[in-house]
Amino acid sequence: MKIQILGTGCPKCNQLYQNAQQAVAELAVDAELEKVTDLNAIMAFGVMVTPALVIDGQVKTSGKIPSAEAIKEMIQ
Amino acid sequence: MLSIFTRLADWIVYSVFGMSPESRLADGLHFFVEDTTKIFALLIVMIYLIAWVRAAVNIERVRDYLSGRHRVFGYVAAASFGAVTPFCSCSSIPLFLGFTQARIPIGTTMSFLITSPIINEVAIVLLGSLLGVKFTVCYVAVGIGAGVLGGAFIDLIKAEKYLTALAATAHGSTVATGHANPDPVKMSFRDRHEFARDELKTIFRRVWKWVLIGVGLGALLHGFVPEEFVVEHLGAGQWWSVPAATLLGIPLYSNASGVIPVAESLLNKGLPVGTTLAFMMSTVAASFPEFMILKQVMKPKLLLIFFLLLLTMFTAVGWIFNLINF
Repeated sequence: MKIQILGTGCPKCNQLYQNAQQAVAELAVDAELEKVTDLNAIMAFGVMVTPALVIDGQVKTSGKIPSAEAIKEMIQ
Repeated sequence: MLSIFTRLADWIVYSVFGMSPESRLADGLHFFVEDTTKIFALLIVMIYLIAWVRAAVNIERVRDYLSGRHRVFGYVAAASFGAVTPFCSCSSIPLFLGFTQARIPIGTTMSFLITSPIINEVAIVLLGSLLGVKFTVCYVAVGIGAGVLGGAFIDLIKAEKYLTALAATAHGSTVATGHANPDPVKMSFRDRHEFARDELKTIFRRVWKWVLIGVGLGALLHGFVPEEFVVEHLGAGQWWSVPAATLLGIPLYSNASGVIPVAESLLNKGLPVGTTLAFMMSTVAASFPEFMILKQVMKPKLLLIFFLLLLTMFTAVGWIFNLINF
C-alpha cells in the first residue's frame, strides 16, 4: 500500500503526515508513506486544497486533516 | 443578550479585582475582559454553525460552477464564493493553478483570492459584535467590491502574459477536471457534526492568539491614548491619512481577528470610518508572506501591479467613505 500526503509543507500537512503515520503504526500494515511537495505532482492529482491524502493513487480527502482513527478506516 | 458580557466584566474588574472605575487601568482591563469573553463565545457558536452549513460545499464544485461563465458574472460569483470559503494561504497556489487549468480567467481567480482573506465568519462575528451592523455591511460590500474590481482590472491588462512558467503551463494544459471529488456530497448528521467540530477546533486554535493580541492592543489604545490626540492629528480626515493608513497596514501582517478590535478602539477615539476601513483592508488582504507565495505563479511585474492595485483600491475606499462622511 502506498500513502501519499500532498501539500507544500505547511503545518497542516505535517499534522496530516503524523496522523497517517500513527494510523499505519497502529494497524501494523505494510504501507509506504510519502510526502508530495512538488506543485506539478499535486496538480496532477487534481487537488486544489491542501493538505490532501492519497491512498494507492486515489484522493481520499483534501483540505482537511482527518484523524488517525479516520485514516485507519480509509486504509481498511 | 450581549450585555451579560458587560456585567461579567463589571464583576471581574470592579468586584473581584476591586479596582476603581475611574482608573485608566481598570478601564482598559474592563474593555479587554468584556471583548475577549464576548468574542470567544460568539466565535464558538458561529464557527460551528457556519461549518455545519458549509460541510457539503467543496472547492471542486466551486471551480466547476465558475468555469465557462460570463466574465462579469464570474467576478461577482468568485468574490462571493471567496467570502464564504475559508482561506488558507498555503492553499492559494494549488487553488490558483486548479482554477487556471479549468480555463477560468485569471481575473476571476483573483476576485476569489482578494475577497477570501477579507471576509469570513470570524470577521463577521467580530465586526457585528464590536462595530455594529452598519459597519459590517459596508465592510462586506467593500470586500466583495474590491474582489470584483481587482479581478476585472487583472483581466483588463491581460495578466496571462505575466504568469510564471508553472502557471502558464497549467493555463495551456487540458487536464480533465472533476476527476478528484473526494468529498461525498450527501452528508449525514454525524458527518456534519464531525466536520463542524473539526473546523471549530482548527479555526479557534488559529485565531485565539490574534484575538487576544488585537483586543490587548485595543485595550491599550482605549485606556492610554487620549482621544484628543487621534481627533486632532487624524480625525479631520486629512487626505494623506488614508494612504498612510493603507501603507501602514501592509507590513502589519494580521488576519481579520487581530485587526478588528484595534479598529474598534480607533473608531471610538474618533478615527474616521474611511481611514479605519482602509487600514483594516490592507492589513488583512495584503501581506508580505502572501506575496512570497504568489511569487510562484506571478512574475515580479504582476506582483508589483497587484500590490499597487490593492493600495489604490483601499485608499480610494478610504477617501470615498471619509468624503461622504459616513
